[in-house]
Amino acid sequence: MYAQMIKSTGKGIKSLDEMDPDERAFQERIDAGGKIEPKDWMPDGYRKNLIRQIGQHAHSEIVGQLPEGNWITRAPTLERKAILLAKVQDEAGHGLYLYCAAETLGVTRDQMTRDLLSGKMKYSSIFNYPTLTWADMGAVGWLVDGAAIMNQVPLQRTSYGPYARAMVRICKEESFHQRQGFDIMMKMANGTPAQRKMAQDALNRFWFPALMMFGPSDKDSVHSAQSMAWKIKMNTNDELRQKFVDETVPQAEYLGLTIPDETLKFNEETGHYDFAEPDWEEFFQVLKGNGPCNTERLAARNKAWDEGRWVREGLLAHAEKKRSRQMAAE
Amino acid sequence: MSSPESSEYKGTEAAPHGEARPTEWPLWEIFIRGQHGLSHRHVGSLHAADAEMAIKNARDVYTRRNEGVSIWAVEASAIAASSPEEKGALYEPANDKVYRHPTFYDIPDEVGAM
Amino acid sequence: MSGTDPKFEFLCRMGDNALVLGHRVSEWCGVAPVLEEDIALANVALDLIGQTQLWLGLAGEVEGAGRDADKLAFHRDVWDFRNVLLVEQPNGDFGQTMMRQFLFDAWHLAQLTALIDSTDKEIAAIAEKSAKEVTYHLERSSDTVIGLGDGTEESHRRMQAALDLLWPYVGEMFIGDDVDAAMAEAGIAPDPASMRKSYDQLVGDTLAAATLTKPEDDFAHRGGKTGARHSEHLGHMLTQMQWLQRAYPDATW
Repeated sequence: MYAQMIKSTGKGIKSLDEMDPDERAFQERIDAGGKIEPKDWMPDGYRKNLIRQIGQHAHSEIVGQLPEGNWITRAPTLERKAILLAKVQDEAGHGLYLYCAAETLGVTRDQMTRDLLSGKMKYSSIFNYPTLTWADMGAVGWLVDGAAIMNQVPLQRTSYGPYARAMVRICKEESFHQRQGFDIMMKMANGTPAQRKMAQDALNRFWFPALMMFGPSDKDSVHSAQSMAWKIKMNTNDELRQKFVDETVPQAEYLGLTIPDETLKFNEETGHYDFAEPDWEEFFQVLKGNGPCNTERLAARNKAWDEGRWVREGLLAHAEKKRSRQMAAE
Repeated sequence: MSSPESSEYKGTEAAPHGEARPTEWPLWEIFIRGQHGLSHRHVGSLHAADAEMAIKNARDVYTRRNEGVSIWAVEASAIAASSPEEKGALYEPANDKVYRHPTFYDIPDEVGAM
Repeated sequence: MSGTDPKFEFLCRMGDNALVLGHRVSEWCGVAPVLEEDIALANVALDLIGQTQLWLGLAGEVEGAGRDADKLAFHRDVWDFRNVLLVEQPNGDFGQTMMRQFLFDAWHLAQLTALIDSTDKEIAAIAEKSAKEVTYHLERSSDTVIGLGDGTEESHRRMQAALDLLWPYVGEMFIGDDVDAAMAEAGIAPDPASMRKSYDQLVGDTLAAATLTKPEDDFAHRGGKTGARHSEHLGHMLTQMQWLQRAYPDATW
């Protein structure tokens, strides 16, 4: 999910026999369910891959604050305002835990931030879509957080220790995110005709982008074998996407809303829902920078960074002054 | 062979874990003892300009300001640690300033997540 | 204003300060200068929203006309708001935001501390809970004012500019009127003017540590807490805050 556009080593994966002793011991530990810790030996590809994936996961949390932050000042009640603010604050916290996990691999948060702002590192495609109504807060919590949770729960068993532990912490805190979104949808779906329309409209706009979150179809995704062997990636894209659809369709039925896919049908043989794939051309356009909000999102982050520079520098300068004074007094 | 020092962010960009470049806020490891806890436990890390700020930030980030909580902040680069495993050919000599992350998730209930 | 229960007025003043300032601070979510600060500001905003619910909730009860906190927050127009002018000033840059926060926090904590001894038990209870939160707000905002005031040349310049801009809004917090007189007489709330001296002491100490210069002119804008004349900023703020509720008046959320 956060590895969209991460190319793996590109070569086929080696068998244990083909590996050097270092790499074999490394792979065997992973196969046995052991954790790799910061000072352990690791292949260069593993380190690079992780920095990119954890970093992009962190960036997604930070950029993800924006589409929901968009509605904090327009929340309909004091309670909804507080809940939304708490949720968005959580995203910031999650980004923080993930940056810290990535930093154990020899990169700093500022460096990763610079790569985000320059466009060198990416964030999840979903956050390039606009939030246009209050119902979008429902749809985002229900569908986007729902999809994220589907991806995050297995990642608690990922091979890299700091990443796994960050995921455990995040999953603990994630518990109310999807629920508050679904709660909003329930309220709206059972509300006035205008609210029902708003809720349906939100579902119409977020359904396929949510499906895109899981990444391209397995048949088009050639580079994940190494990530799976290293347990950086825990499930295939299609596996997770199918699981998400199977769980979400009954929820939509409960709401009395219609998923915008006429081909959607329960398949008695497979025991799963058959569904239409998203428009992958749209997905690749969004990754390229042509999504509805790519420009605005990155501009907002760049602005916050640039306009905050004097603050970061000022507080650092003050800390240094304090230190010098303390030393002089001793 | 790969190590933090040989990552692609080496040189002017990256630094051994926890050391900041001149314009960056250093990294701090945070330890918290809950109201009824017996000892401080590692909960995670964050950036701050100095120790005092690190503690204040820790209150906001890791405790949501519960009362009766004791917070320690240690600059990450000041932590001396051992290597997690010794495995003969794989073993790397431990550096003095090598950082080792203990478990993130052993948070006492008194600290309280969201 | 004549004929309105002074206690209702007083509670709206406390609640509207929290409501307006909480709204302003929440505007930083996602765009603060550094991640840790983003989280900290959100905590402040969350505290203030919680206090809003308590103060305006009690106000609605006291009024007895069936209005709850949400009704008061989202269905009054500018002339019925009772916040001080200071808190409705726009965020500006981060320095302006933190200077506004500090100048308000210093008054807010003193006010809440005094209210803990209020003869009105409900007000005392709200004040006690809120004072714990605002103690922390003041610690944070004064640290930031000092840190940025005595930081780089640029941060110092910006903080001084913020102080110069916002100082004329300080005085209003200490100007008493009939509502304040009624509250003081009933032992419910302190006389505003009585708090000025210790405020000046605290603020003076912090500004000195921040190497900032307090403006000479003590002129005070007024009209916020009485509702007589708010600034143009409040109206714009309400078009954001109250749009959804007014566009769909029969909806519950």
